[in-house]
Parts: sequence; C-alpha cells; structure tokens
Amino acid sequence: MRERRRSNTGKTLFTNARIIDPRSGSDIRGQLLVEQGKIADMAQSLFSGAPGSDVEVIDCNGHVLAPGLIDMRVFVGEPGAEHKETLGSASRAAAAGGVTTLICMPNTDPVIDDVALVDFIERRARDTAIVHVHPMAALTKGLKGEQMTEMGLLAEAGAVGFTDGNKSLVDAQIMRRAMTYASNFGTLIAQHAEEPSLAKAGCMNEGELATRLGLPGVPAAAETIMVERDLRLLELTSARYHLSQISSAKTLDILHRAKDAGHSITCAVSAHHLALNENDVASYRTFFKTSPPLRREEDRVALVAGLSARTIDVIVSSHDPQAPENKRLPFAQAAYGVVGLETLLAVALELYHNGHLALMDALRAVTSRPAEILGLPSGHLSKGAPADLVLMDIDRPYVVDAEALRSKTKNTPFDGRRFQGRVIKTYVDGIAVYDEAQADLAA
Amino acid sequence: MSVSEAAQPIIPTPAFSRRHLLGIEGLSPLEITSLLDLADDYVDQNRLIDKKQTTLRGRTIINLFFESSTRTQSSFELAGKRLGADTMNMSVKSSSLNKGETLIDTAITLNAMHPDILIVRHQDSGAVELLSQKVSCSVINAGDGWHEHPTQALLDALTIRRRLGRIEGLKVAICGDIMHSRVTRSNIHLLNTLGAEVRLIAPKTLLPAGIERLGVTVFNDMRQGLVDCDIIMMLRLQMERMAGSFIPSTREYFHYFGLDREKLALAKPNALVMHPGPMNRGVEIDSSIADDRAISLIQEQVEMGVAVRMAALTALSRQLDRGDHL
Repeated sequence: MRERRRSNTGKTLFTNARIIDPRSGSDIRGQLLVEQGKIADMAQSLFSGAPGSDVEVIDCNGHVLAPGLIDMRVFVGEPGAEHKETLGSASRAAAAGGVTTLICMPNTDPVIDDVALVDFIERRARDTAIVHVHPMAALTKGLKGEQMTEMGLLAEAGAVGFTDGNKSLVDAQIMRRAMTYASNFGTLIAQHAEEPSLAKAGCMNEGELATRLGLPGVPAAAETIMVERDLRLLELTSARYHLSQISSAKTLDILHRAKDAGHSITCAVSAHHLALNENDVASYRTFFKTSPPLRREEDRVALVAGLSARTIDVIVSSHDPQAPENKRLPFAQAAYGVVGLETLLAVALELYHNGHLALMDALRAVTSRPAEILGLPSGHLSKGAPADLVLMDIDRPYVVDAEALRSKTKNTPFDGRRFQGRVIKTYVDGIAVYDEAQADLAA
Repeated sequence: MSVSEAAQPIIPTPAFSRRHLLGIEGLSPLEITSLLDLADDYVDQNRLIDKKQTTLRGRTIINLFFESSTRTQSSFELAGKRLGADTMNMSVKSSSLNKGETLIDTAITLNAMHPDILIVRHQDSGAVELLSQKVSCSVINAGDGWHEHPTQALLDALTIRRRLGRIEGLKVAICGDIMHSRVTRSNIHLLNTLGAEVRLIAPKTLLPAGIERLGVTVFNDMRQGLVDCDIIMMLRLQMERMAGSFIPSTREYFHYFGLDREKLALAKPNALVMHPGPMNRGVEIDSSIADDRAISLIQEQVEMGVAVRMAALTALSRQLDRGDHL
C-alpha cells in the first residue's frame, strides 16, 4: 500500500530501547539501526558521536522493541465476504496490534485452492494491506476433503502452508496421501483437529454448563481422536504437521508423547483459549462461541502450562470476523469465531504479567516460533533481518473497547477487559505502519 | 386469598417482581410459592360457571410459537382470555421468519405493536431470553430448546402440592429422555428449590454430561430408581429421533424404561404418576396406568396448566402496572 511503497531507503535509529530478540533469547538495553528496510545493526551504542542528519532518531524511552508479531491463523473476508473484513482492514487491525505478518486462511469464496487465487491474495495484499500477508492454501480442492490441491505449484506461488482452515480433513486416506505428497516438497500441513461426527450440532464444551443451558456439547474427545489418528498417519509418512489450534488438556498429553517420539509436529493455541473458559459463555453470549469451543478452566490452565513447557509452539489469534447478523442469533444458530488481531499481544502479555509465562516465552510464541514453522525471514532481530518491528509499552494499562477496534466487525470476546501492554509503534520493512501518537497512519 | 383479591391492581411488594418469566433457575422459594398460591385461587375460579375476570382487561398478549404446540399454546390462550386480555396467536408458518427474517427483527416488529406480554416458544435454547432483551414488554418462556419450560414445572408443582399438600421432602423420579427435555431442567430447579429429592431415571445415552451436578441422583436401572418414590414423572420419547441412535428400539425401551404396573409396584404404595404430554402409550407408559385416575395426575396437570399460566400472566401484569419496566 502507499505507506509502505513510500521510500524506505532512509535510516532509522532506535535509541534507549529494551531490545528483545526471542530467537536468540537476548534482552539488552541499546540501539537498533534500520537501513533500507533491514536491520543494519544493533548494540548498546552504535554511534560514538551524534548520528548523521540523514538518520531519523526514535527515542524508545526504555520501552520494549521486539520483532513484529506473526499471526498464523487469520480469517479474512476477501474474497467473498468483504463486508466482514478485507485484507486492508485486517492489516490495519494487525498493525495496531503489533502484528507485522498475517497468514490468511483459505476459507474464502472462492476458496484459495488455485494458483490464480494465491496470486490474487498477494496482489490485493500488495495494493491494500499495510502488513505482510501470506496465504495458506487449501489442502483439498474446494475444502471438500476429497482431492488434494496442487501443493507444489501453490507453494511456489507463495502459499506458506496447506490447510482446510476451520474444517477438519476427515478422510484418513486423503490425509495420508496429502501428508505423503506434501513431504515431497517439505510443505506444511495444518489441521483443524475435530472429528465432525462427535461435534455435530455442538455449540460449546460438553459438560455441566452445556447441560444447564440445554445446548449440545462437543467433547474433548472430538479433538483427541483426530490428533491421535493424524499421528498414526504421520508415522507412515514424514510430513511437517501443524495443529492449527488445540483446546483441551488431553491433547497436550498426546503431544508430549509425539514430540518425545521425535515426530515433526508443531502446535498452536488461540489467544482466547488462554484467556477464557466455558463459563464465559454464561447466558448464551454468542461472542464466546468458538470452534473448538472454550473448555474448562482446567484445560485453560493446562494450555498455559503447555505453552510454558514449549509443548505448544505458537499463539494465534484465530481472528474470525463475523457480522452482527451472524452473531445476534440464538446460540445454536450463531456463527463461530472472534476477532483477535488487536488483542493477541495483550493476551500474551497478560500471561507474562500474571506470572504464568516468561516475557521471552510469550514473545517467542508470537514471533520467532511461527517464523521458523512457516520458514519466514522475519520474527527475529539480527543483522540483515527485515525491519518488522513493534515498539511496545508492556506495562501500560489498556481497557479493550470493541467499538474502537479497527476490524470491520467488532465481535471481540474481550470488550471491557483490562489488559496491560500497548503497542506504541509498528514497523514493516522499516516503515511505520502504526503510531499511537498519530492514531492510524494508514487511515 | 379470595378470588376477587387477584383482580386488585397493585400489591406493594409482591414476592414475584420480575419483568419476565424466562426460567425456573434462579427463582427463590418465595417467588415460586407466591406464583403457586396465586394459581391455587385460579383453580377454584376456573371451576365456576363464570370464569371470566377483568384483571388483564386492556392488555394485549401475543402467543409467538416458533415450534408447534397444541396444549401449551391453547392453555396460554385460554389463560389470557379468562383474565380478560386480548390474545393473539402467531405461529411460525404464517410469520415472516419463513422469509428469512431474524428472531430479533421479528421481536422488534412485534414490539412496535405494543403488546404487554409475549409468550414465546422456540426450538433453540436461549432464544427466548435473547428475544426478551430486545423488547419493552414482558416475556414468558413457553419452552426454549432443551433449556427451560417454566410454566410446565410450575403446573407440575401445583398438581403435586394440591394432591399431597407439600413438595418438600418428597421423592420425585423423572424418567425418560432427560437429555432433550426442557421440562426436566425446569423441574429439577423447581423441585430442588422447594426441597424435594430429585431422581433421574434414563438409559445413559439419554443423560447429558454433568447432569448429576444439578443436584440429582441418577439411576440407569428403573427398578432401583423407583424404590420409595412418591411421584413418578414420565417424559415423552420423541420416537422419530430416537430409534437406532439413542435407543435400539421402542420395544427395548419400554421393556427397561416404560412404566408398567410391575415397575410401579416398586415405588411407594400410593405413588402418583405424571406426564407432560402428549403421551406415547405403550412406549413410555402403559395405558392402564395413564387412565387410572387414582394413580395418574395427567388430566389434573392440564387443568393446573391454565391456572398456573393465569398466575404468571397476572404476576407479570402487576409488574407492568408498577411501571418498573419503563
């Protein structure tokens, strides 16, 4: 978009910064120099005297300067549902949330299952988005779970992974072939693990609360069964397999074993599964209707511990904009999904402030780990890396106001929630795309 | 309380002072008994030749039924008419919901007609509560999904109380399709609130997860569950969705969970049998029990239904008189 297209040949010096690089684990006070959109250098002090007049100097006042966030699971309405979200509006929400790379899901209309569609996304992103956008392409044509897509060509066109998004690939034979075929190219397969026959009509976690509310529940077994199955298939193949998001403590036990056995498996958890539980559904609040459902508090606690133990690699927003007409409905009829691009960092920092997660681990799960899994050049701070940066005040109190969110739809489960930690500035390739002092540079 | 007192306009601090009647969960014992007391008077009134009252004269009541119903809808309609209100029936077949209008739009449209009380049945749990948030009139839940059916629980309680004089301390067994039953959930809350002992009897496939945490004892063997019971509430088995998926056959179901004389003999000698209707004779209940007026309270339940709904309408109307809703 225009902002980014604007010359990025200048030099920017961040001084007085707390520079945190989750990949190397370094946490230093100092300066970071950006030149031509890349990180040129960083040290306690880069200039003996005053920097030249060609250098823009930004005093960070001791605040944290970290790699921009990478959100591995974002649903955008483009193409097909632009009234919910466009690549442009999603990217502005992302920039405000410190997210410099978003991975969009193929559940669009038409489905991203063809090279032309990947091209379309890349072109639209280039023209309208202010952060990096990479698509995951469909694992099967039309997300129908029947025929695999042209994984090689799609990957060459820019697809960073393959998934049926919010649908499980149910047919075991097709999943086996997809894994086998994907291993030719080393491409990533991401699965939304839920056995559909156990989740049919289910709207929330199975248990006492669903029973009280008279709602059909989804048992945790719907998830564990699919994860167990895929692991058996993984034993027959050698694919790179990623669980898009997990929700239950029992899945963690399975993952422990799988990782110990050396399987090439990675895993993400949605921010809302780390911050909320089934009780938040309370009296049929559809903004808390998600798939997989919010589960018990015990599950939430286990997921946080799993993140700390690095059994879970990544935190995603699972950003899924839904218009009011899809949410202002009886619970069973309402759409699944919450928006989360702007609250992803806040949730990660909440875990740090509550003492459940080291700051480095919280940031790693939204920067370097997703970059490693996706094979992206960003997500870390080192010489030559893209200057995708977020400057944040990790302590500043922040109360979420749904109406102030930049997404086109406001279906956040966090309206009114108190967080600590706010984005001050966001940079993509060295260019500022968000500055709280100027509200929204892209607006 | 005399019959005429019910027609008096305002009680300073009525025990039931809610705007809506959406469910039993959360009601206090006093709120429940005040509704039952009021209904008690209406039972007597309804047995007179002149049944007509003027309590709700000028009030407009709309029956909005998204799910078809004969007995509940006519019971509400009759209750409204006996209290002198103007009642109107809207069934989903004739409403614009079939044309894609959302529940909330329907609510807003009806609200603009200034009804005083909406009586709503909907196939989705929570739908009536959602609708109640969008209207300025009072709302009675006439059954939402598997969630609640408060007037059914109230009429069951009134039936029991009139026959046995109390609820507290009674052993009440609810048998059948617990999972899909809003009647059960409302009855569990009401009976527990008034101090009865609630037992549930069902095959495990018809019990929802965690139901035992609602303050009930669960039995999978009907013969054990019935021992010592004062009241047996049988539930309707929705056969069309049962066969093959929740139970193997109605024959097998009746064998283990149908109420016949032999199983009934395990309950207290004077145990009474209830059913919210409509019954599947020979599937969940033996005809000879259903028709035995010494044992079966089924016809009385229907009679109590009208009285309880009159009480609910009166209680909500009093709140409207107080103007609290504005």
